[in-house]
Amino acid sequence: MAVIEAAGLSKHFQARRGIFGGSRGVVRAVDDISFAVESGQTLGVVGESGCGKTTTAKLVLGLEEPTGGSIRFEGRDLQGLDAAGRRHYRKSVQAVFQDPFASLSPRMRICDIIAEPLVTNEDLSASDVRKRVLRLLDLVGLAERSADLFPHEFSGGQRQRIAIARALALSPKLIVLDEPVSALDVSIRAQILNLLRDLQEEMGLSYLFIAHDLAAVAHMSHTIVVMYLGKIVEIGDARTLARAPKHPYTEALFSAALPSHPDERREEIILPGEVPSPLNPPSGCRFHPRCPQAMPRCGREEPVLAPVAGRFVACHLYDQARQ
Amino acid sequence: MSNLTHSSVSSEPHRPVAAVMNRPLLEIDNLSTHYISQQGTRVVRAVDDVSLRINAGETLGIVGESGSGKSTLALTILRVLPTAAHIVGGSMMFEGQDLVRKSDAEMRHVRGKRIAMILQDPMASLNPLFTIGDQVAEPIRVHEGTGRTAAWKRAIELLKSVRIPSPETRVTQHPHEMSGGMRQRIVGAIGISCEPRLLIADEPTTSLDLTIQAQYLSLLRELQRRHGLALIFITHNLGIVARMCDQLAVMYAGRVVEQGPVSRIFNAPAHPYTEALLNSIPRMTDNRKRLTAIEGQPPDLSAMPHGCAFAPRCPAAFDRCHKDTPPEFNLADGRTARCWLASASVQRGAA
Repeated sequence: MAVIEAAGLSKHFQARRGIFGGSRGVVRAVDDISFAVESGQTLGVVGESGCGKTTTAKLVLGLEEPTGGSIRFEGRDLQGLDAAGRRHYRKSVQAVFQDPFASLSPRMRICDIIAEPLVTNEDLSASDVRKRVLRLLDLVGLAERSADLFPHEFSGGQRQRIAIARALALSPKLIVLDEPVSALDVSIRAQILNLLRDLQEEMGLSYLFIAHDLAAVAHMSHTIVVMYLGKIVEIGDARTLARAPKHPYTEALFSAALPSHPDERREEIILPGEVPSPLNPPSGCRFHPRCPQAMPRCGREEPVLAPVAGRFVACHLYDQARQ
Repeated sequence: MSNLTHSSVSSEPHRPVAAVMNRPLLEIDNLSTHYISQQGTRVVRAVDDVSLRINAGETLGIVGESGSGKSTLALTILRVLPTAAHIVGGSMMFEGQDLVRKSDAEMRHVRGKRIAMILQDPMASLNPLFTIGDQVAEPIRVHEGTGRTAAWKRAIELLKSVRIPSPETRVTQHPHEMSGGMRQRIVGAIGISCEPRLLIADEPTTSLDLTIQAQYLSLLRELQRRHGLALIFITHNLGIVARMCDQLAVMYAGRVVEQGPVSRIFNAPAHPYTEALLNSIPRMTDNRKRLTAIEGQPPDLSAMPHGCAFAPRCPAAFDRCHKDTPPEFNLADGRTARCWLASASVQRGAA
């Protein structure tokens, strides 16, 4: 069963000239995308700056209102939720961010940081709160005495554990993980990724995992979404997609991922140019100006997601194979 | 491709390196750089007894986590250390001269001209108030005394060689008008502007997107080939090492714990830290459910444990590791490792 289902989800921003200036056009940060996060599974989102992955995370967290389409949580549309339903949703969807030095208040003790969501959302006695905090600390592998310390007394990896404990405080269904290990040292990353996986198995958590480290995404995810300029270009089973990408952009992206061994010989696809401005995206397929396999029709018609080799791809290359 | 071989330095840019130079381009021996507090009570051994070699035209990767001393090592080579840091011992022979003994004035002729550096954040290297042309031309004017017009001409050629589109208009623009990838390529152009022999790149692609990183790495490799540059890559990313480097030095807590040819180290790491590091990175094609994590934290450099710095986290540690610091053992295949386990294999090799 899907915990979260997005259908035709869009977020368009009005770009303005100065404070009083007129509209300069529309930035389609997220443009008509659909995906689902299954219960107990991880959906990985990859793409480069400006592809819309952070906007997608904000939409799921309810930090932005969609300008089109819908998000359904446990089968119910978020738009139609009453106040109680909204509160339930906010408790069920939590987030862990990239920088554990910025996401924890330096003036609060660890127990207060972790207890904050409990105190604001649940009616518990002080001793119950303390008990819950200690259990959460144990769950993320921190000693009991950590509770009375301040964030500066911890290393990056330990801080990220604290951020995870806080996210777990309200027993959420879904956690949005926005680059959860990229600020950490290499030897610490594996600790945190393992912890996240263990917690998922123990508690049946679902993750929306956003990262630029493709190998980490492939390792953690059940399904991978590849985004380019606000559109999904490929979506499918993580292993299938990582081993044999089909969309030319996915191919280039995965070929640009660094090898894990010097003897690993791969075809390097170096894409020309850079991601175009989302204010003025190319016509037709948004990837066509950089695509090594672009055809005349790619500049005219926008491809739609369609099944190719066990996953969905939005590319005209596969039109004929399908017919 | 533009021709950058007008300057006097590069009259023989394609010379077969090993044949001409028998000695390594840079030979670092027992180098130590310590941060010493004002009262002298606190000493941080950021770089501790490090020996390294790099030949002309070669690429050396230096990997380590934050606090392993890799960036301090780079700053030591360039002699641009903060005031609290002192080179307390060792030598750095570069083109036959010891950089440790050079005066500040002499170092100014080395820095930017013979040894250049690329930093992680291009915006920190570029001055927002000056045009791209002024900044690319500056080292050429300073080091080679070239006139403004000629230096600008060279700047345009350099921009072309780092694949900046329409360089004639770009030279008159300012850094804020460029994308992140373009800025980093401009920093690269400044780096190679005086045809250095050694280029030190400290995490040069960390701020770049994947496809832009791929563009930049292939550009660096092309520049290296064209100018016979030696490259030192300072990174925490083993993937960059796998893609770019010939030689690898792994640093932990200020010391080089293992060094040697990249493929040998990846195939059979001699030091448990290297092995653990290689096992902890996720791979695109692996089916492992859990990664092999390294438990614990790196040590505090001002309060180092006795013996081997990695011993408290090491799965293979035994009594001696907690008592004696292992020296650098030379292994049979041209590698060195600071590990008592390696000493056993050296003895076996001798017997």
